[in-house]
This record gives sequence, structure tokens and C-alpha cells, in this order.
Amino acid sequence: MQETISFALATSPSGIAHSLWLIPAAPVLASGIIALLKQPRRKTAGTLSIGSLAFSLLLSLIAFGHVVAGWSQGLAVRETVSFTWLQFGTTNVDLGWVLDPLSAVMLVMVTFVGLLTFIYSTGYMAHDENYTRFFCFLSLFAGAMLAVVIANSLLLLFMGWELVGLTSYLLIGFWYQKPSAAAAAKKAFLTTRVGDVFFLLGMVWLFAQTGTLLFYNNGAGSMEPVALVALLAQPAALGLTAAGAIALLIFAGAAGKSGQFPLHVWLPDAMEGPTPVSALIHAATMVAAGVYLVARVYPLMQAGIHPGGSTTALTVVTWVGASTAVFAALIAVAQNDIKRILAYSTVSQLGYMMAGLGMGGVAVGMFHLITHAFFKALLFMGAGSVIHGCHEEQDIRKMGGLKADMPLTFVTYTVGMLALCGFPLLFSGFWSKDGILEAAQHWSVAKAPFYMLVFGALLTAFYMTRQVAYVFFGVWRGKKSAHESPAVMTLPLAILAFFAIALGAIGTPLWPWFRAFLEGRAAGFDLHGFSEPGLLALMATSTVVVFLGIGLAWRLYSSESPSPEAPDPLEKSAPPIWAILRDRFYVDELYGATVIAFYAWWARVADWLDRRVYGGLVAAVARLFRALAHLNRFLDTNWVDGVFDKGCEELSSSGGLLARIQTGRVQTYLRLLAVAVVALVAILIWSSRA
Amino acid sequence: MTPLTGFLLVAALLFSIGLAGALTRRNAILVLIGIELMLNAANLNLIAFWRYGPHPERLTGMMFAIFSIAVAAAEAAVGLGLVIQLHRHAHTTDLDAINRMKG
Repeated sequence: MQETISFALATSPSGIAHSLWLIPAAPVLASGIIALLKQPRRKTAGTLSIGSLAFSLLLSLIAFGHVVAGWSQGLAVRETVSFTWLQFGTTNVDLGWVLDPLSAVMLVMVTFVGLLTFIYSTGYMAHDENYTRFFCFLSLFAGAMLAVVIANSLLLLFMGWELVGLTSYLLIGFWYQKPSAAAAAKKAFLTTRVGDVFFLLGMVWLFAQTGTLLFYNNGAGSMEPVALVALLAQPAALGLTAAGAIALLIFAGAAGKSGQFPLHVWLPDAMEGPTPVSALIHAATMVAAGVYLVARVYPLMQAGIHPGGSTTALTVVTWVGASTAVFAALIAVAQNDIKRILAYSTVSQLGYMMAGLGMGGVAVGMFHLITHAFFKALLFMGAGSVIHGCHEEQDIRKMGGLKADMPLTFVTYTVGMLALCGFPLLFSGFWSKDGILEAAQHWSVAKAPFYMLVFGALLTAFYMTRQVAYVFFGVWRGKKSAHESPAVMTLPLAILAFFAIALGAIGTPLWPWFRAFLEGRAAGFDLHGFSEPGLLALMATSTVVVFLGIGLAWRLYSSESPSPEAPDPLEKSAPPIWAILRDRFYVDELYGATVIAFYAWWARVADWLDRRVYGGLVAAVARLFRALAHLNRFLDTNWVDGVFDKGCEELSSSGGLLARIQTGRVQTYLRLLAVAVVALVAILIWSSRA
Repeated sequence: MTPLTGFLLVAALLFSIGLAGALTRRNAILVLIGIELMLNAANLNLIAFWRYGPHPERLTGMMFAIFSIAVAAAEAAVGLGLVIQLHRHAHTTDLDAINRMKG
């Protein structure tokens, strides 16, 4: 489980590593320009967005190629470029970026899925009047996300992280005229903020302990052995080392962003935003940022691990991930909104990724992240296409039989659904999910996560089949008939569907290229990959589970075409459990009754204090000063002014007296002069005589 | 009565005449003439004190007088120029009519 890099490290930055900053800069620049455009300049806005992201994709591919080229020569590329951003006293705060297999893979995934989403958006948002604003936000999001990906400094990552949170807020609330969208935007922003506070605390602590926020800096970075040993030696509270405590704090931030229990509540509500936003931000990239963060600080997470053991941080990550996976999958079973089902499925799959990271290491979690990004973006865009085709209808009970009306959407959606279910052998989701299950099977700490994740897989197959059966099979139950979406929307679907299948090929036990690439080992084509003990049995188990889930759901939901009002087949058998699931385990209500109620009460207390206590004090002080001012005015008018006026009068009258001498006649002056001289002479004579 | 006293009396008389003229005349040119008379009284004093003073061989008094006359000539030119400008400006040389410098 401990990552051992057998390849030599290549750290001297190459040309592409030096220009890596251009990848996030291009979309940010485009966003800035679009912000200045007038509303009707739709075509310019779309072209700028797509063009800048295509440029980023091109650079990402070059960077990826560079890393792969180094890898095939037996070099583990980890090229960093850093610079000092702030200096106070002798302390430096450095920012920088890193090009390694992890960031290269994420770069390609984010730019590629992003580009397809942008193209899809030009079709989906074609009739929206705020088209330019949409692309401005979307480009800003892409830039911020790419900054998160390339960051070699926890601080730069945090900056991108917060920007991503901001754009998420802006885009969820894009249709801010809808009160539900505005509320969802606020909820998303505030809920992730809870995690971010812990993240910030962890970051500050890390900086205080190691004096640097750079991950890798030729041995002096915070994720490198010297700093980690120092962190391990430092005890914190509750039997944790500083390393463990900081890792947990950072994980809290990741849990907020990735919608892990108990901070998952914002993600389903985020579906109020436009569907391309849901696809790109709340399924493929942004929510994966939390998983990526954990993968980034993995050396910290696993600091002090014993072979075959686990650390506190990784154990927490595993349990949170596994319980979120089951919890969200249970809720998804009882939802009727097409996007909400997918949202809970996203929460559940993010739980899988976290569990994969916790038990199997970076490669296992990241592989599921990459495959999930493709098929979940595919599913969301497919759902967008369905919603578009059904005239903004989102309730799956009011759809049905769409496989005839929307054949392209149907085929691609089914591919995405099978990939998500983990349909055996053909689909990427099978291989990535199996990697996680395999890691869970071998986990030494506990066996429960394995059973939880298998149960989650059963539920996943069940709710996805239920959804597809409702939407695409049976008879049409809506009012206006549905229509297929334009090519600009279906083409990205087709491309994503291709990758939802093909990506599995790089992560099979037969040829574990992805894992070897991330871990810096040589990848062999190994026929013995399947002969590992228990692997075939595991694959058989997960196959059975998937077929069981699909079969059960198919039996329940394909035969009948329920009217929107009729109760769900499962509801009939166990109404109380169904109600709990439908109402999302009352987590929102629980928060409403505890946290929010507490804050409301606290706000009322503060309001009362403000009005009565502090307000009264302020008013008393004001009254005192008004009285003082009145006294002051009285003194001024009656005393100070009187003296002053008198002085002025005296001056003015004496001036008038003296002015009489100034006749303006030269001869008068001369005369005075003569009299003065005579007087002077008289005085001189008189005084000389005395 | 020494010769010096005589000279000084003449100079004092001359000065008084000039002063009286400067004070009583209304015509600016006549006031100027009065001033010239007073200047010349002063010149006369300078010569007298030199001539009957302790060192008549040094030409100090003469030099003073010559400088004073040169300055007086320049002053007369400036004064006449002022009077001419005054006449052009106010169409009169009556000093009583020109009292705009009153305080």
C-alpha cells in the first residue's frame, strides 16, 4: 500500500513545466474579456470560452505527453516551478506549480471534460438571455479548477479552491430569479465554508510547523520526508501527531467540497443550476477537487504508516467515504428528480473514491475519479438532453418511452448508466470500482467497509436501472411529446460515451498502466494479473451484485408504467422506510432543528442585545453629548462671542479713526512730515540743552 | 557772524522757501520745483560744511554735491515723467483733485 517510487525522480523543470501557468491563465483571461462584452455578443463569448479551453487542453496534452515520455524512459517526472509571493521578516510564502503524473492526468481530464461541456452548453443555453454571463462564469471556473490542479503550494491550491467555490455559487444561483436556486447557491457556499474553515486551520498549522506550504521543493517541501518526520515527532491532542491532526483538518475541507457525509447536503440542492454546470462542476471536476486534494497531500495522510497498516487520517477517510457511499446510494433509490438521483449518485461515488484513497492509495482513488468524471459528465449531459427534450420536465415519473424519441441520448445514457453500475468487463466503471473493492478486501483494519461498498454497488445498479426504466422504457406519460436534442449536444455525449467504455482499458489487472504511471513504476502486460488470490472471486461477486441490482430494478419498474401519482412499488412494501429515504434521512431537517435553529436563536439574542443593551448604551452616550453640545452653544453665543464681538468693534472703530488721517492728498502727508520734522528738531534741541 | 553761519542761514531760507512752495502749491510741477529748491539748500549745506570744515583740501563735500546733483537730475526726470503720466491719466495736475490713495 505504501507508494514506492522505483523510478528516479526528474525534478528540473522543462519548458512545458515553466509555461504550465498558461493553462489556468487562458480561461481566466477569456473570462475577464467576456465580462466586458455586451450581452448580445453571444457568439464572441462562446468562441472565446471554447477557444481558450481548447488552448488549455492542447497545453495539457503536451504536458501529459512530456510526463509520459519521461515515464517511458524510466523517470518519475515531478517538475516544480516556484516563486516567492510574500515576504515578511525572514519568512517567505511561496507559490508554485508542479507537473507530475497526478497533475498531468487531472489536467487532461478537466480540460477535456470541460471542453465537451462548453460545447454542449452552447446548445443547452442557446435560448438563455444571459448567455455571455454564463460563459464568463464557466471560464472562470475552468481557470480556477486548473489552478487547483497545477498548484504546488497549498496556498495556491486554496486560492483556486475558493475561486472554484465562488464560481460554483455563481453558477448554482445562475437563475437567481428562482428563489430555490438562490437558496441552493447560498447553501452550497455556506456548507462548503464549514469544511474550508478546517482546511484553513490545517493550512496555517502546517505552515507554522514546517515553514512552507510548497508540496515539493527539492527536499524542503511540506510533503517531503524531512518535514513529515518533523510533523510526526510533534504530538497534538487526543493521541494524534501533528501530521495526523493536520491531515484530518485538510480532509474536513475535502469532505466539504466533495460532499462527504455530514457536509453532503449542499450537493443535491446544487442541481438548481443549469445542467451543464451540474455536469461539469457538481459531477466531474469541482467535487472531485476534494478527492484530488486528499491525493495531493497523500504523503501527509499516510505519514508514519506501517506496511499493511493504516494511519488515523486514512482510517477516517475510509470510514467517511464508505458510509457516504452507502448512505447516498440509499437516498438515491427513493428520489424522483432525474438530476437529484444523479446528484446522490455523485455523492455516493465520491464516497467510493475517498474509500479507495483511504484503503488502496492514490492510484485506486484517482482511477475511479477519472472514469467517474467521464461517465458522470455523460450522465448529467444526457439528463440535460432529456430535460431539454421534455420541455424542462425533471420528474422521471412524468417521462417514459424516450428510447424511441431520443435514440442517441438513450444509447449514450445507457452506456453511462452501465459504466456507473459497474457492468462487467466492458465498461470503465467496472474496473475502477473493482480496484476499490479489491483494496477494501485486503484492508487490514476492518472488513466492514468492503461489505458496505458491495452493498453500495448493489444499490447503484438498482437506482440507475430504476431511473433508466422510468425515463426510457414504458410509455410516454408527459403532456407535450419529446424531441431529440441538436447535434451540438449529442456529439459531446457520443465522445464521452466512447471514453466511458475505453478508459477501462488503462486500469485492468491485466495491464495496470494507470497505477504504474501514477506510482512511477514500469507497467507490464501481465497475464498473471488475474491470478492474484481472490481477484477472480471478487470480480465474480461484483458481477453477481450488479446483475442482481439491475435484475431487481428491472423486475420492479419495467413491467408497469406508473402514473405520476401512483406510489412507488417499493413504497407499497415498506412505506416508513421509503418515507425516510425519500426525505433524505431527515438530515436537512436535523440541521434545521439543531445548527440552524441554534444560529437563529443566537441571532435573536444578538439582535436583542443590539437593540436593548448596546443600542441603549449608544443612545445614552448620544444624549449626553447632545446635552454637552447645548451647553457649549450657550457658552459660545453668550460669552465667547460677546468678548470676541467687543474686540472686533474696538478694532473697527479705532481703524475708522486712523483712516481719517489718510486723506489721499500728497500735500497733507508732506505737511504732517514737516510738522514731525519740526517737532523732532525741537525735541533734539531741547534734549541737548538739558 | 562767521561766513559759515551766513551760508547756513541762506540754505535754511532756501529750504524754507522750497518747503513752503511744496506744501502750498496745488500744481504738481510747482511742488516739484519746491522740492528742487530744498535739494539745492541741502547741496549748499554740503559745500559750506566742507569749505569751512576741518579738511577743506579733501574734495569730499564737492563730490557729495556732484553726486547729489546727479541724483536730483534723475529724480527730476522721474518726477516730471510721473507728472506727465498723471496729466494724461487724470487730465489735471491739481494735487487736491488727485486723492484716490485715501485710506
